[in-house]
Amino acid sequence: MKLLSALLYVVVGIGAGVAVYWILNKIAELLPNKAEERVKPFLYILPAYLAISIYLIYPTIVTVFRSFQHQAGAEWQSVGLRNYTELLQSSDFRDALFNTVLWIIIVPALTVALGLAVATLADRLRPTSENLAKTVIFLPMAVSMVGASTVWKFVYAYNASPDSKDQVGLLNAVKTAVGGDPTPWLQNDTFHLNSLLLMVILLWSQVGYSMVLLSAAVKGVPVDTLEAARIDGASDRQIFFQVVVPQIKGTLVTVFVTVLISVMKIFDVVYVTTGGQFNTNVIGNAFFKMFNTNFDYGKSYAIVVMLMIAIIPVMIFQVRHFKQEEANL
Amino acid sequence: MSNIEAAEVAAGPETERKDYGPAPSKAEPSRAGWGTRTVLALLCALWLIPVLGTLITSFRSESVANSSGWWRVLGNPAFTLTNYSTAWTDGQMGSAFLNSFAITLPAVFIPILVAAFAAYAFTFMQFPGRNFLFLLVVGLLVVPNYVAFGPVLNLYGKVGLGGQIPAVWLAHIGFGMSLAIYILRNYMATLPMTVIESAKIDGATHFQTFFRLVLPMSVPALASFAIFQFLWVWNDLFVALVFVGPGDNAPVTVGLNNLVGQQGNGWNFLSAGSFISMIVPLGIFLGMQRFFVRGLTAGAVKG
Repeated sequence: MKLLSALLYVVVGIGAGVAVYWILNKIAELLPNKAEERVKPFLYILPAYLAISIYLIYPTIVTVFRSFQHQAGAEWQSVGLRNYTELLQSSDFRDALFNTVLWIIIVPALTVALGLAVATLADRLRPTSENLAKTVIFLPMAVSMVGASTVWKFVYAYNASPDSKDQVGLLNAVKTAVGGDPTPWLQNDTFHLNSLLLMVILLWSQVGYSMVLLSAAVKGVPVDTLEAARIDGASDRQIFFQVVVPQIKGTLVTVFVTVLISVMKIFDVVYVTTGGQFNTNVIGNAFFKMFNTNFDYGKSYAIVVMLMIAIIPVMIFQVRHFKQEEANL
Repeated sequence: MSNIEAAEVAAGPETERKDYGPAPSKAEPSRAGWGTRTVLALLCALWLIPVLGTLITSFRSESVANSSGWWRVLGNPAFTLTNYSTAWTDGQMGSAFLNSFAITLPAVFIPILVAAFAAYAFTFMQFPGRNFLFLLVVGLLVVPNYVAFGPVLNLYGKVGLGGQIPAVWLAHIGFGMSLAIYILRNYMATLPMTVIESAKIDGATHFQTFFRLVLPMSVPALASFAIFQFLWVWNDLFVALVFVGPGDNAPVTVGLNNLVGQQGNGWNFLSAGSFISMIVPLGIFLGMQRFFVRGLTAGAVKG
């Protein structure tokens, strides 16, 4: 029934779209020739801008505006910078901030390094094995963060009851097999161990992306540059770091920044596995809690604004870089 | 099986390759040593084992799955489909599965036409403010969609859309629009201008040129966007959580999250639920790797 209504939405949506454009086009044709040419482009972009205005421009303005207010009952009162100062003074939020920084420091760099390693190593295999290896590493890319988190939560599972002889979680099974005691991994925040284990989930899902892009870049390095280096007596290591890496720098940056942005907004992995407990909280999750559990909208908007201030320079860099890379292709 | 290879051709500079024989590797003409093979084999094993464990567990009975590790299946191979039927009906993953389609299909197909028209105007028409309006689109790529959650939810409350399925796909259309226009315009800019101009000389209107020439010629870009958007929407948790939440209209991601969050759900059950949520994107991944990679590359600029 729902599927039927979905199909109906698609058909009606597309049909209505065509109809709207047809009508807009007819209206434009009613106008005198000169006016028609002038008005038409605006009619063509109108629906797209309507969507963008409702879903991005208007909310951005409201969010920035409301982040300086507090909702008391139905009334919004201006509170100046209080949402921001209270957030930055609360230890909960500072922990989330610290953990997010930890994610930012560790995950993007490791993703690029691992992806490059797999791309380079797999390049030496026979094509059939190379494809197989790459398909395996790339596979998690298709899986949602919720799915990935479930799969890994099972790996980290902990069985506390003393009468069961088996640990069903793989990690604890390995630990008990070598003579250790089982650990509730996700509750252990010594040296941020649990956060690190959550980062493994994101690495698992993102390395494939990094590998595919870097692999294409590595294969695109002109052979003559490599041969020239070899004739000059460069070792494999030198060739890799001084000839290959500089030539794929553009792709390295693209991958790094893409992963960086997804890490800054990280939410699903933490929300599904620990819900931000046990000192694993991150900004994305803090925002959702403020919004959905505490119903402190003013503060939740303040969190988004801070996130936006952090992300926008990175995104500007990314869009510029992307354009440049495209021009080079 | 040269999906990945095809993907690479699509993603980057072409490489000439034969299907058999030694890999014509440039960095290392010698064959891969044992070290390389071992490292890669270990890595692949590490990547597959968690999924394999989940897959096996999803076919084991409740008592066995939660008292012995899945690797013990070798000593005691017994399989059941009960977990899937339980997850599908009692776990409501079945209705969530349909909801996911109900959310994803409109969110993928409706924005394509809208974005294509806008991209056409930006590429082939002259009008005052064109550059500014396009820069606005590019500029909005950088805004994280978290900004929209609160204000749009309020808006939905006023028009009675809250918790409804269209609430989610409409939001995804809004969030994906900048990216769609950006990808399509960049692609249309590479189309041969002469063809479009000769159509104009032959008396074709913009409307005809768009539907008969530009839209069919843009199919590769449309496909990349469609795949990217499909995976983005199908795998999304946050937008669905905010706009429909857990309940009758929840998609598979929210459904699976509910199952994981409820105490007392055995791993056999959760495993089956997670496979129900993953089957469609995995199928698309294996079937359309080529477009998949292109979509991913293009999506690097989504905020």
